[in-house]
Amino acid sequence: MSRRAALALGLLLVLVVAVVLGVRFGPVHLTIGQALRALLGEGTSTDRTIVLELRLPRALLGALVGGGLALAGATFQALLRNPLAEPYILGISGGASVGAVLVLSLGLATAGSWVLPLAAFAGAILAIALVFRVATATGRGMDVRVLLLAGVVVAAFFSACIAFILSISEARTVQSAVLWIMGSLSGASWRSVVLTAAYTLPAAALLMGLARPLNLMAIGEETAQYLGANVERVKRFSLVIAALITASGVAVVGVIGFVGLVVPHTIRLLVGSDHRVLLPLSFLAGAAFLTLADLVARMALAPTEIPIGVITAFVGVPFFLVLLRRSLSS
Amino acid sequence: MRFGTRDLAVRYAGSGAAALDGVSMEVPDGCLYAVLGPNGSGKSTLLKALLGVVPVQAGHAAVDGRDAREWTRRELARAVGVVPQGEVISFPLTVHELVGMGRYPYLGPLGGESEVDRSAVARALELCDVADLASRDVTTLSGGELQRVRIARALAQEPRALILDEPTTSLDIRHEMAILELLRTSADSGMTVMVVTHGLDMAARFADRMLLLSRGRVAAEGAPEGVLRAEVLEEVYRWPIAVATDPSTGMPRVTPLRSGGERRS
Repeated sequence: MSRRAALALGLLLVLVVAVVLGVRFGPVHLTIGQALRALLGEGTSTDRTIVLELRLPRALLGALVGGGLALAGATFQALLRNPLAEPYILGISGGASVGAVLVLSLGLATAGSWVLPLAAFAGAILAIALVFRVATATGRGMDVRVLLLAGVVVAAFFSACIAFILSISEARTVQSAVLWIMGSLSGASWRSVVLTAAYTLPAAALLMGLARPLNLMAIGEETAQYLGANVERVKRFSLVIAALITASGVAVVGVIGFVGLVVPHTIRLLVGSDHRVLLPLSFLAGAAFLTLADLVARMALAPTEIPIGVITAFVGVPFFLVLLRRSLSS
Repeated sequence: MRFGTRDLAVRYAGSGAAALDGVSMEVPDGCLYAVLGPNGSGKSTLLKALLGVVPVQAGHAAVDGRDAREWTRRELARAVGVVPQGEVISFPLTVHELVGMGRYPYLGPLGGESEVDRSAVARALELCDVADLASRDVTTLSGGELQRVRIARALAQEPRALILDEPTTSLDIRHEMAILELLRTSADSGMTVMVVTHGLDMAARFADRMLLLSRGRVAAEGAPEGVLRAEVLEEVYRWPIAVATDPSTGMPRVTPLRSGGERRS
């Protein structure tokens, strides 16, 4: 078995284990046997409710969003030819946060569980539209350098908006806004799982279908053209798809950092930069990573839940640094 | 495979002077054609116009008699292999993977590489003498190795023509000669080769024909002996220049003279 196939199988196994652990652990103690029986639709009705209605959707949502963020990150890194690129680089997190904070401070979030994600998604779309508008303003195709700058500027503008809204909000609103911005899977439901899956999975398939042109783009747009790629089309298409995956993730779980930056780099260090391998493996690894991170976020200081973004950073950054050091010294 | 322009004019947005201004030239089939000129004289722009990646303001740039912009990227990539200048590879990638990218214009969106693709890559690696580097990470290669690998990628496209932008700049004697010999061999086997270079002496020895550009216009065109004349070169490069016949090669040798006379001070 090749190293890549072994890694793919290993990651799949880790993902399955992560989901099972996510189902097993929680405020109500379940044995692994009880959890597995409930997963299969057996056991007591309380166990089934806890497992099937609360913990399973949460674990699956974590997997979907984590996979989506890692995939989007890998795509942005290839298109922008910038190792520092990550899913939020186009100001998507800022736009989503403005939408969420606005809804929270106006007290509209109580109108229904769908209000907050919808507002966040609208904010994210607004950010994407703004940044793309700026990047294509020259009329000579989309310039990724301008895109990067536009992303930074738009993000800075949105942070100012957030600071302004929070400064005139009540303390309680500020706390819930900050918690939302730091990210959490606590709002998971089957509806959010289905919505996110309906969005993320086809988009992921489309991006993986673009793996070969993305390989060419990663070494330069001019070269990619000479090798036969339709650069402008590939660029627009994949940027929009990756941005939408990010927007849908941010809308349901808030801003979870580091997954989209660290996971693709880790996989790249292990298997190289062929996107035919890199994209699917990044998706698997991101899914497993975020599911496990959520488990730690829930259990480490139970019953207090730590924001999941804190865990992804605490775990992801040292792990990545160790890996980076090892690959540089070998 | 032929390249040609007629009264070609290219102007980049936001810059005053035209990058190319009324350039007419012709590269015949199977010719090793050198494009010369000072920095900023429009050499790279000429290549880009022939490859259909810069907007043409007036005139024509044609590949095999057909306007460059009428070719699809895929068609052109099957016909012309390009080694552009300044490619920065910032992600880990093996030599084999980079050369394998030359097969992109032949592959379907999902289909894998066939035996034909694999043997084209193997042949290209052999031709450029980089087969033993196949599993190396390209970011660890020396300048000369990377240049040969990039030429191998162009050859893996199995093109009928090669276009190279300063392929030997910053290479040592051995690597420069190896690449020029490879280009000469390719041209002798029927491939059309167009190369931008600052090496006038080398161009004189290897090229069949040459084009000397000056500020976006043609200063001279033709066989090396006709183009490399002191009075032409002095005007184009705005520097005192002597041209002599090199006794060991029998070809023109270009010597830029010191501004204050030749004595060491």
